[in-house]
Parts: sequence; C-alpha cells; structure tokens
Amino acid sequence: MATRLPAKDVVLVGFGLTSSMLAQELTSAGLQVLALERGGFRDTVPDFAVDHIQDEYRYAVRDDLVEEPERETLTFRNSADQVALPMRHIGSFRPAVGAGGAAVHWNGQTWRFLPTDFRMRSHTLERYGAKFIPEGMTIQDWPVSYDELEPHYDKFEYLCGISGQAGNVGGKLIDGGNPFEGARRRGYPLPPLKRSHATVLFDKAAKELGLKPFPCPAANTSKPYKNIYGVQMGQCTFCGYCEWFGCGNYSKASPQTTIFPVLLKKPNFELRTHCNVLRVKLDGSGKRATGVTYVDEMGREFEQPAELVILCAYITHNVHLLLLSGIGKPYDPSRGEGVVGRNYAYQITSSVDVFTNEILNPFMGAGSLGQAVDEFNGDNFDHARHGFIGGGYIALWTTGGRPILQHQLPEDAPSWGAGWKRSMKENYLKSCSIATHGSVMSYRDAWLDLDPTYHSSYGDPLLRLTFDFHDNEHRMSNFLTDRAADIAKAMKPRSMHVKQRKGHYSIVPYQTTHNTGGAIMGSDPKTSALNRYLQSWDVPNVFVMGACAFPQNHGYNPTGTVGALTYWAADAIINQYLKQPGPLVHA
Amino acid sequence: MERRAFLKTITLVPAVAAAPLTPIENPAAPGPAYLNASERAFIDAALARLIPNDDLGPGAKEAGVGDFIDRQLGGPYGRAQTWYMQGPWREGTEEQGYQLKLAPAEFYRTAIADIDEYCKRQYGGKGFAGLDGATQDKVLHGLEKAEIHLARAPAKQFFDMLWQNTREGFLADPMYGGNRDFAGWKLIGFPGPRYNYVAEIGEYGKPYREPPVGVMGRDPKRRLT
Amino acid sequence: MRSAAFLIALWIGAASAEPLHSAIERGRYLAAAGDCAACHTADGGKPYAGGRPVPTPFGVIYSTNITPDKDTGIGQWTEAQFYRAMHEGIRADGKHLYPAFPYPWYTKLSRQDVDAIKAFLEALPAVHQENKPTELPWPLNVREVMSGWNALYFKKGEYQPDRGQSAEWNRGAYLVEGLGHCGACHTPKNLAGGLKTKQNLEGGYGENWYATSLTNDVRDGIGQWTLDDIVRYLKTGSNAKAAATGPMAEVIEHSTQHLSDADLRAIGVYLRSVPGRNQTASAGTDKQQLARGQAVYLDQCTGCHMQDGSGQRNAFPPLAGNAVVQAREPGAMLHMIIDGARVAATQHDPTGLAMPAFGWKLTDQDVADLATYLRAAWGNKAAPVSVAQVKDTRDRVAKAAAGK
Repeated sequence: MATRLPAKDVVLVGFGLTSSMLAQELTSAGLQVLALERGGFRDTVPDFAVDHIQDEYRYAVRDDLVEEPERETLTFRNSADQVALPMRHIGSFRPAVGAGGAAVHWNGQTWRFLPTDFRMRSHTLERYGAKFIPEGMTIQDWPVSYDELEPHYDKFEYLCGISGQAGNVGGKLIDGGNPFEGARRRGYPLPPLKRSHATVLFDKAAKELGLKPFPCPAANTSKPYKNIYGVQMGQCTFCGYCEWFGCGNYSKASPQTTIFPVLLKKPNFELRTHCNVLRVKLDGSGKRATGVTYVDEMGREFEQPAELVILCAYITHNVHLLLLSGIGKPYDPSRGEGVVGRNYAYQITSSVDVFTNEILNPFMGAGSLGQAVDEFNGDNFDHARHGFIGGGYIALWTTGGRPILQHQLPEDAPSWGAGWKRSMKENYLKSCSIATHGSVMSYRDAWLDLDPTYHSSYGDPLLRLTFDFHDNEHRMSNFLTDRAADIAKAMKPRSMHVKQRKGHYSIVPYQTTHNTGGAIMGSDPKTSALNRYLQSWDVPNVFVMGACAFPQNHGYNPTGTVGALTYWAADAIINQYLKQPGPLVHA
Repeated sequence: MERRAFLKTITLVPAVAAAPLTPIENPAAPGPAYLNASERAFIDAALARLIPNDDLGPGAKEAGVGDFIDRQLGGPYGRAQTWYMQGPWREGTEEQGYQLKLAPAEFYRTAIADIDEYCKRQYGGKGFAGLDGATQDKVLHGLEKAEIHLARAPAKQFFDMLWQNTREGFLADPMYGGNRDFAGWKLIGFPGPRYNYVAEIGEYGKPYREPPVGVMGRDPKRRLT
Repeated sequence: MRSAAFLIALWIGAASAEPLHSAIERGRYLAAAGDCAACHTADGGKPYAGGRPVPTPFGVIYSTNITPDKDTGIGQWTEAQFYRAMHEGIRADGKHLYPAFPYPWYTKLSRQDVDAIKAFLEALPAVHQENKPTELPWPLNVREVMSGWNALYFKKGEYQPDRGQSAEWNRGAYLVEGLGHCGACHTPKNLAGGLKTKQNLEGGYGENWYATSLTNDVRDGIGQWTLDDIVRYLKTGSNAKAAATGPMAEVIEHSTQHLSDADLRAIGVYLRSVPGRNQTASAGTDKQQLARGQAVYLDQCTGCHMQDGSGQRNAFPPLAGNAVVQAREPGAMLHMIIDGARVAATQHDPTGLAMPAFGWKLTDQDVADLATYLRAAWGNKAAPVSVAQVKDTRDRVAKAAAGK
C-alpha cells in the first residue's frame, strides 16, 4: 500500500542535466520542485576527485559511473524477425545512474544542429524531390526552428562555459569558425582550447584540401569561468580522463559544476535519492497526471502528488515510463500507428586511424579538444549525385590516450603475441584518429516497445529496441569515411587504417551515447508524442525532456540541442503553461 | 544557516572522505582468489604466449597479469555483479553480445577445463600448460578463429574475453595487481595519470620525460591498505 | 508579540547594509557579526536553541538555548542580566560561564549594542529545549573554578577608543577584538586556555584547525594582502591570494559575508596595523627531500594549483606567496592535504569548490616532503615540515571527525 505524500508543484523524474536545468529555472520562478533520482547523490568531491578519478580500469572498463544492466537494461534485436535478447553488459552506449546523470561522464562536445536540420523533410523534398526519401524512412520536420531555439542554444552555451570560435555572428562569417553554422547572436563565452599536436596536423591537412577546419565547441573550459548562475568553474588542464569519468577540477560542464551549488541551497527545491519512479499516475480520464509512484531503497512504495510531472531521465527510461504509464498510444510498426516508441535513431560513426612519425603524446587531451570540418554535414553539400541524405562532421579528437581502450594499431598488427607487443610500442605515442559522426534518419522499422519476456530488477518488462543501420546510413557513412581518408592522406602519415562502418548495428562495441527518438516532438499528434514545447499531446501536465524528442538524429552530438530544448520548454512552462495550464498547442 | 539547510535536503555525503578509493578488488588481499592450481597454470602459460617476455620488456606473466585475472575473477567482475543475468538464455547473433548463462568466473572455469581436455585428446595427454610454445600458439590461434570446437564453452568468445582481460591487466593501474612495475606503461610510453599538461600539450613533438606514476604514486607496489 | 513580518525578516538572512533603524534590526546585524548562531544552533537543530557540542581542550561543552523560551531559554532574563553575561561571563543565576562562550571578547561591547542583541534574541521564536550539561572532568565542571581563571586571564571592560587612531581603525578594533572574537582561534593560548596576549592574533588552534596569523607579517601573516583583499575575502570567501576553508569558511558564511563593506574595511584597516614578529624563516635545503616533494606536487596537486603554483584565478588559490603555506605553524596546510577542504559558499560566490583528501594515499613522509617543498618553492620561504608535525595534524583531523 503506497504512502501518500504531501503534494509538490513539480516532480522531476531523474536528476541529470535536464532535471537540474529545469529545477533551477522553475524554482527561480517560485515553484516547489521535487527531483526523484534512482541513484545516489554524487559531487566532484569525493566522487570524481583528482585523488582517484584517473583510473581507466575502474571507470572505463568496469563502468563504475554507468548504470548497471543488473538494475535496468533493454533487450535488443536488429529486426522484427529476430528475438530480442537482453543487453547483458554495457556496450554501445553508457547511460548513467546517480545525481548529475550522463552529463557527469560525457566528453563535452557541444553543437548546434543546422537550420536545415530542423526542416529535414521539407528541405529534402524541396531540394531533391520525393524520390530521395526512400520507402520506410519516416523523417519529419521539427516543430521548432533553429531561429526559435537560437537564444536557448546561447543560454545553454553560457551555462556551460563553452570554449569555441564562432563562425557566423548575426550573418557575418568569421574566419576560423564553422562557416556552415546557423547564425548566432554572439560568440562563445570562452576562447577555444589550446590545440594539441594532432589537431594542428589535421588543421593543416584539411586546409590543403580547401576545407575550412575550426576548433570543436567544447564544454571543457579554456579559462576559469563564472557562469550565468554565478557558479564558478575551473580551467581544463588536459588530463585526458574526460569521457566516462567525472571531472576532478570543475572544468567540464556537468550539473554538479554548473548548477548544484545554487540549486541545492534553495528552500523550494528537494532532492530524494535512491527513489525509483515506477509509474506516472493518471486520473480516471487518463488525460491528467496526478503525480508519480516510486519505491525507495527499502522497497517502500510512495505516491507523490504533483501538479506538473516532467520526465527527465535518460531517453530510453523516459520512453519506457511513458509506455508503462499508458501515456500516449504505443507505436505499432506493422500498422504504422501510434506514437510512443516511434522514430528511434542513433548515430553512425567510423574512423581513420593515422600513424605518424612525430610523437603526439595522445594522453594529453580533453573530451572536446578537436578540430573539425563541416563541409559534409547536413545539406552543406549537394547530395544529388550521391543518392543518400544526411551527413556528419569529420573531426580529429584528442580526448586522451588511455592505454587499455584508447590505443590504435595498424591494420597489419598481429592480434596478440610478440608482434602485437612490438606494434604497441611503436605506435602508441605516434597515433591519432579521425572520426566521422554521421546522422541517422528515422525509419518505420526502428522503434522501441515493451519486451514480452524479460524483466527489470523492479519487476517491469524491459524496454525492447529494434534497430539497424539502413542502406542510406551505410552509404552516407562510407562517403564520410572516404572524405576522412582524404584528410588523413594529406597528413602524410607513416601509415593509415581506414575503418568503414560495416555490417549490422551491434550492441557490443561502444559507439556513442546518442540514442534519440521514441517520444518525438512534432506538429501532428498522430505522428508525434509531444508538441513543440515538449508537452505530451495526451496528458498536458506531463512534459518530456531529452533526446527522445528528436524526430531523427542529425550529424552532431545531441547534448547542445537537448540543452536548448530544455531552456525552450522551461520558458514555455513558466511564461505560458503556468499562466494557463492546459494544452499549449491545439493540433 | 544555508549550509545546514542544504545538509538536510539530501542524503548526506561527507564533504571529504577518508578513503574514497575502493578498487574493484583489493589487491592487498594475499593468496589465490579464484583460480585453482591447474587453472592458474593454464592462465600463466597462455599469458606467456599472449604477451611474451622478450627484449622489449616483461610479458604479461611477469607483469602480474595472472594475479590480476585471478583477483578479478574472484570479485564483482567474475560474478557478473553489474550484468543482467536473468533468464531465459538463448544463443543470439553476434550483434546481441554476451548471452551465456555463465558469469565470467564460471566461463573461465568451464573453458579452461574444456581446453585442457581438448589438448589432452589432441596432444597425447598433455594439458595446455604442458605443451611447447609453438603448439600453445597453435591452440590459441585455433580458439581465436573458432576453428577449435570445445565441449561446452564457445571457443572464440572465451579467447576474446581472455585476451581482453589480459590487455586490461597488462595496462591497468598497478594497484590492481597487473602492470607490475609499470611494465605495460613503460613499454608504450604512457606516463600514468597526471592532471596537468597545460604546458606540455603545446610542446609539439617533445617526448614527455616524467617517470610513470599510478593512482597510488610512483611506487608501483603501493597498495590501498 | 512581534508580528510575523518581523520574524520573517529576521530569517531571510539577507546581508543588509541598509541603515539599521530598529534595535531588533541592529541586533540582528550585531548577532551576525558575533556569529552567535554558529555555536548556539546545533546541526539540524532549531535556530539559537543551543545543544551544539563545542569542543575545548578540556572536554565538550554544549551551547545553551538563547531563544526567549521562559523555561529553557533566556526569556526571563533582564537586560542587566544579559549584559552581565556578555560583559563579565556570569549568567542570570550568578554562576560563571565558560570562555568557550567568548565573553573575554564580548566584554568589549557597548551596553547599547548588547541591548540591541537582546532585543533581537527576544524577537526569535521561542524553542523549548533543555540545556545539556557539560562534559568537563572534575574539578573543571565546578563553575566556581572560573573565578580563578578569570582573575588570571580575563580583563573585563568595554572597548575604549584609541584617540590616536581614526574612527575607521577604532571601529575595526571594536569588531575584531569584540564581537568578531577572532583571537579566540587566531591568538595562541597557554595550557590553561588563557590567551598569550603579547602574541595577539599571531595564530592559534581552534576546533582542531590552525587559524593563521592575522598580523601584517609578510610571510607568516597577511602582510601581502591589500585592504581590498581583506574585504573581498571576508565578503565572498576568497580573494586572488587565498580561499577560506575549514572553520573559517563557516565564519564567513554565517557572519562576515553579512557585514557592511564599511565594517569589513574597518576590520581590514585594523588588522593591517597588527604587528607580527617578522622573524625571518629559512626554507628547507635538503635537495633530496625537495625533489621528493616536488614529485608529489607534480603528481597530485597540479590539476588545480597548476605547475607554477599560481592556482586558477577565482577558482583555486595560488600556493606561491600563500599565507597558509608559509605560516610558521603548517597545521592548516597539513590539515587540508590530509583531509581536504571546502571553500566558503557565500551569496557572492555560492560554489563551494572543494579539495579532496590526500591523507589516505600519502604517507607521513610524503606529506612532510610535499609541505617542505611548498614552503621552499616559487619564492616561498618557511621552515621545513617534520613527520611529527604531520602525525600531530592527523591526530587533530581524527579528533575533529570525532567531534572532539
């Protein structure tokens, strides 16, 4: 029998990036806000402190900051004719558990989508015609434009202290920045990070090919920085333990380094840790949430009433919770009907390893220290003769040289033995890698639903993922890989190893934690779960944050856009919803 | 008052902890953690082939990778403590990853027994550890390429796990028992985890000369007690 | 009964530099300056209801309930009784108070200020909470022994302005030597707990932390600090040269950040006039030890304090030229190395950046080597640190953790 608790204005499910941002904004607007986090509290000291955090085995190999599949995982299959099986240990992506969420252990690579990305369907039809969108590809226009999100991208960048070089301020192109980016109101809050050797070599080679390389926008501070909430951050010192680790010197933007110090002191904010939300509770009509139910670490069940319920957990958990709670019609791929679970997408990546004569000291790095070219992203190039849509950036990242997982060996290196040993010695210090980071469109046959067989430790059916790369993505990715190889050649390396993305999508090797879709935003409630303010079409006092809102995934890391959407939604909640609760969009 | 109000709000974590580091397995604990004598003999023999001792420096065996693997198998990794180990179990596609009912420790036990049994059948009654180096290499290649079929354990999957754990032990922080005297790091030129390269990152092409250091410091034998 | 509005205003806790008209508002400000809440509120307890264990070298004393509760608080006290407690260290029933309650400093307060503080306390919500007996051993738990101690070590008397100094200096002296009771930590004490008055503000131990010299000695004190440095430190928790941690962080959070800029300036003017002994120190010269210390520094400290000891502006204090590093007594620095530290979180800078503990992975020799190196590097000049000093600090860290 669940214990009923005193009501709150707002309940936030999860306490990661979007939750922290919303909590900060909504408490400043005067609301009583409660965040429920299934993991424990974490902070720089002691959890990510410089005295012990640089431990590759513990954090990168044994996944110490990552959510344990034992607690919750999903089942996976490439296609509907297979039986989905559990992802039994961490692989392709790394969701978090605990305060701060995955924004604790991300790299900090922070991008904006292109203006044309937001009009993916219309723009493609206009420029290339209907035949260019293959049967079964379910891409949509976003129900929000780049221009509408621009001020919120800006706010997110100034929250984080992004180090970068603007390429387009108010329509004026600036040398050294990304010439393809959407127009921005102003530059980045911090100058670009100091360049590593490998990124300088990439820069030179790319320029020789007539490309316009620029420093990747980094949520690693190039100087000590006081952000929009008055929170002080340190300066990145290139320790090379960024992704998969918490930052030890307050120089990576994460909730604990940018928001916690002001949020946690507020009398109208409460955090309850070790509380797992099981369901969003609905009233008899099914059109209004009355609150959530959750279990604490003792297994005691509670009912937490609230006026507003906002799902801020990882995208897979958000979609899972919508399905379990009966919010929105579950997607049925055979009929093409329903909205919750549809348009799941991911990222398609490949790389070209480069072996140099010079010592590159790869262990000196930062999560977002890189140089990129954007000529082959979005619709920045003419797709007509290629027969695929989408694209991605090509970048040489120097994120670190952690010995177990971040070494590259030439293609002909023996897989083990004396030859392997020699190859390690000869190549570790003199290698780097050019990465391609490609878009993934959404398809009718890529979706999320509930598994019929397997259950979580909480007793609920696991989420089931059905997903594979399609022909469009393979061809696009191979094109990017070839372009990356061009740059690698121009670096005049000792040798290089072109690694195309081949075969089916596998849940085994780590690729990116860029899962998207499943509760997408749109203009039509028949083909989207959320309206343009991330409000549920079905239950207006439920909002859903995160990359589950992406109608398809574009050629950039998603966090910048997740951040912008969060501020956009916060603005709508405070300035529209609170004044007149109810649907903000009438379809 | 703000500080006290803050403390009331959340599950309290001490501002600074006496010993925040709890390595996955405490390497200070002496004695075998999991492997019995013949299993350990197999591991030692395999390690000597996988990363041999040579003029480039110590191999996996000399670097303590056997101790590392033993301790890992005896701890949370060996037990698959954080993995999803609920049934039913089905053989999946390669893309679906690990689907064995066995946790890593059990997998090692099963596979080692299978491999020794195979070797005895194939090579006149000698287990893997009793074979000469060239034959051991042949067996390892056979496992790696899935050309050898074992009674129970999937050969290639075991080989991949063993090789993965070997590299981990060779290149992890020495406090876990492997990478003895920084052997792995010295081989490749990784100086260990320091936290500031602000000057050095701009000195292109210049070798980094500081001696190797681990989380516990420059003495690779120092352990958390 | 006072209106709810007053009570709410009292607890907004905003640092008000506005003209303080009513006695209650003046009292609130003065109580912040005296940091009464810090001792008279237990962790998780009701404000000013007492019950906080105050560690002394002789045992634990519990702070008392000074809310206006008539049975368990000071609701029955007259203004004269309250003044006598502040001025003489004698409570309403005529018994002595222990100088864990810093009456040797509060004695300097004017009658008018004491009355204002009483008015403020009277306006607080009354809390019914019995006072706990002290945990002092016999005969110290017999309060009459304090009359002997007072005779030796206590000089009663309101502050008398020094006519040869400015009004600002006198205000600063009044605050530092009165309400601020800075010397309670920052002045060395003898074995009986009496002040070594000839070494006023030259550094001492408080709550198992070493409180550094506040004199104008350029190495052992804050002689390199400008007036702006002092004001900024007390107002925000840090300046370009130092960051407040340990018990001082709490002092700033509860007390000095709420004072007016004018009062903080006055404190600074006064402190800059307090002479230290200006002795010259010799840094360590054992080359092997310095090399070992430098190695520890490179491996453990440069992520925040940078390779040249310059720290990161507004984030991590520099170690080059740092008063805590060069203090004659290295205890505060050793405490931070061993047990970590968290910077004061104030309205101006709410971040509360923290340093982790390194004591679990450094040996006593490592810490001594590191500390000796820091006191010899980048122009710093202070005596080497011994293993014995490191062990002593570990003891104090353990005691502090145990609330002793």
